[in-house]
Amino acid sequence: MNATIALILLQDGLTSGLIYGLLALSILLVFLVTRVLWVPAGDFLVLGALTLAVLRQGEVPGTVWILAGLAAVTAIVETWRAWRAGDWRGWPRLIALVVVPSAAAVLATLWLAPQNAPVPVAILLVLALVTPIGFLTYRLVFRPMVDQPTLTLMFVAVAVHYVLTGLGLTAFGSESFRSPPFLPGRLDVGFTRLSYQLLIVLAVSAALMAALGLFFGRTLWGKALRATAMQRFGARLVGIRTESMGALAFTIAALIGAVSGVLIGPMTALYYDSGFLVSLKGFVGTVMAGMASFPLSVLGALLVGLVETGASFYASPFKEAIVFGLLVPFLLWRSAVQIRTRGKGHE
Amino acid sequence: MMKSVAAALVAATAFSAPALAQDIKVGLSGTFSGPNAANGIPYRNAAEVFPKTIAGTGVQWIVVDDATDPTTAVKNARRFVDEDKVDIILGSTSTVTASAMTDVAVEAKTAQIALSPIQIAPAKRPWVFNLPQPVPIMVSAIVEDLKKRKLKSIAFIGYADGWGDLNWNALTAEARKAGIEVTTGERYNRTDTSVTAQVLKVIASSPDAVLVGASGSAAALPQITLKDQGFTGPIYHTHGTVVKAFIDAAGKAGEGALMPTGPVVAAAELPDSNPIKPVSLDFISKYEAKWGKGSASPVAGYAWDAMLLVEAAAKEALKTAKPGTPEFRAALRDALQSGREVAGTNAVYRFTAEDHYGVDERARVLVVVKDGAFRLAK
Repeated sequence: MNATIALILLQDGLTSGLIYGLLALSILLVFLVTRVLWVPAGDFLVLGALTLAVLRQGEVPGTVWILAGLAAVTAIVETWRAWRAGDWRGWPRLIALVVVPSAAAVLATLWLAPQNAPVPVAILLVLALVTPIGFLTYRLVFRPMVDQPTLTLMFVAVAVHYVLTGLGLTAFGSESFRSPPFLPGRLDVGFTRLSYQLLIVLAVSAALMAALGLFFGRTLWGKALRATAMQRFGARLVGIRTESMGALAFTIAALIGAVSGVLIGPMTALYYDSGFLVSLKGFVGTVMAGMASFPLSVLGALLVGLVETGASFYASPFKEAIVFGLLVPFLLWRSAVQIRTRGKGHE
Repeated sequence: MMKSVAAALVAATAFSAPALAQDIKVGLSGTFSGPNAANGIPYRNAAEVFPKTIAGTGVQWIVVDDATDPTTAVKNARRFVDEDKVDIILGSTSTVTASAMTDVAVEAKTAQIALSPIQIAPAKRPWVFNLPQPVPIMVSAIVEDLKKRKLKSIAFIGYADGWGDLNWNALTAEARKAGIEVTTGERYNRTDTSVTAQVLKVIASSPDAVLVGASGSAAALPQITLKDQGFTGPIYHTHGTVVKAFIDAAGKAGEGALMPTGPVVAAAELPDSNPIKPVSLDFISKYEAKWGKGSASPVAGYAWDAMLLVEAAAKEALKTAKPGTPEFRAALRDALQSGREVAGTNAVYRFTAEDHYGVDERARVLVVVKDGAFRLAK
């Protein structure tokens, strides 16, 4: 291996590491706020990427029908719930939340898609189509089972992953999609050439992470989210509606997934079922950080990306084994730390 | 004309009346959904243009999905022999699912024609036939082409699964025979988002050519990355890549990609003396009448060839036994391995009791991607 190869590998590893890092953020956010292990994180990435690819072909993506169907089902189920409980107080606001953004996104796409919308408009449409799916998933599936044990929630999350994969197959078919690059080519910086795509991924993920940091640190909603993540019961005692926090967490997670999809779409061909492995790698990143810290999760995910690229170069038949094998020493180390701190607590 | 209408009527009544004893029953299990769906669906499409009568007898094509799941494939095979009492089993359309079904076929003494390349164990040979060209025959076309171009070395990048292994093993064996050096063997997964690292390793081993041991549109990722990283030698692919999805996915970077395939792909360019040409053209016109221009593929051709083999065998078997009986199943098997040549769309098949692969070098041509289409490589 020489320096040229090393630099290209580094770029490649960083690019995938950043994408894993974004997913790690969404996985951690959802887990801390709702205790749901966000297995479908990668499916949202795939939905975002495939929707963008189809939009850029000037066609109406199947995501429109997924969203419309999901919104309709949620509206019916919520109406039924309100009717059964005889409690109609929150109903109009809820129905507005369910129907209005979805309907707006669907109609805007149906109108703009056939006219070959310019790239920024297409990206906005992707975000508008994919983000409400996160909110609707929460309302329809996870909110009614908010008190279930973590294990049940995890199995349900796996089920949601399979449903989304199936919907992806019907909406997009079994073939792969790749969107045209936003900026083709590479930037010559003297000692190596940086692909524009990497720079875009770098800029967007940095901006997104900074925005999330500001949101959590400076806004009331962000602080409420953090409070819920730290101590659900305590948060409820001080008047935070933890259920709304769950909805917010799922919406942000879906938004992050959609953004990662937009970023990765032009870099590689994706299939309807490509999301699962990407989720798992983001998950490895969060686990390395003890499922607790956002910045450390991103670092963990970056490490996963770099290790993956290195393993692909040196021992490609074993690369998945090497990446997931990373978990073992980290889990050993974490449990050792945990036992020691617990031991100290007893003294 | 009247005759064919009458035949169609007879066929229609035979089809609607269930379990007519004289109907031939054929069970086809395929990977119409699941990970191998893209490869499996053309078989189902071909089955929809199968004739309703063969060898002058009504035939029921029982087509079921195994979702690329070996357990379901075995269940389907059981259903075929226990409930439907089929005379012959076709399928499945992936190596794993097809291999899983062989036990049931042997146990029920019902012939099985595998529609994806499998390894036939000697104990199973009496009842199991392999229809698609075995991988070594295909890879030998690549090695021959290397010799013709006087190239000395080749690198491999392929799936980290059975398909990748099959091609890797065939390449190392064929290359050793031809004195060609295999510089490196790299692996990736169908859903991987980057193969940059593997491609750099391939290029660093400085081969004259590269074989991509993948299939379908997932073979486009190494093709694009190789071109992107400046590799200029010939890039070969497997016959699993001869689908329109690859051309669509690879775009401009796909131009010049070479792959061995069944002659049906370049049927119109074949010499008139080739017995495969008329069969292929007939299949293409029937298939494309239903599924649109450019839809015919060698994969759909395998299904068509299986139908032709059943037809040829049924002609013989009907002379000695009635469909639905163990005698007919045995007669059908005997007719299949009688050593008679049957021209199909992908090969001239000649099965004998000892050889259940039954194809030779007439079963492949080398094609090149040119202007977004597969053309015979000169």
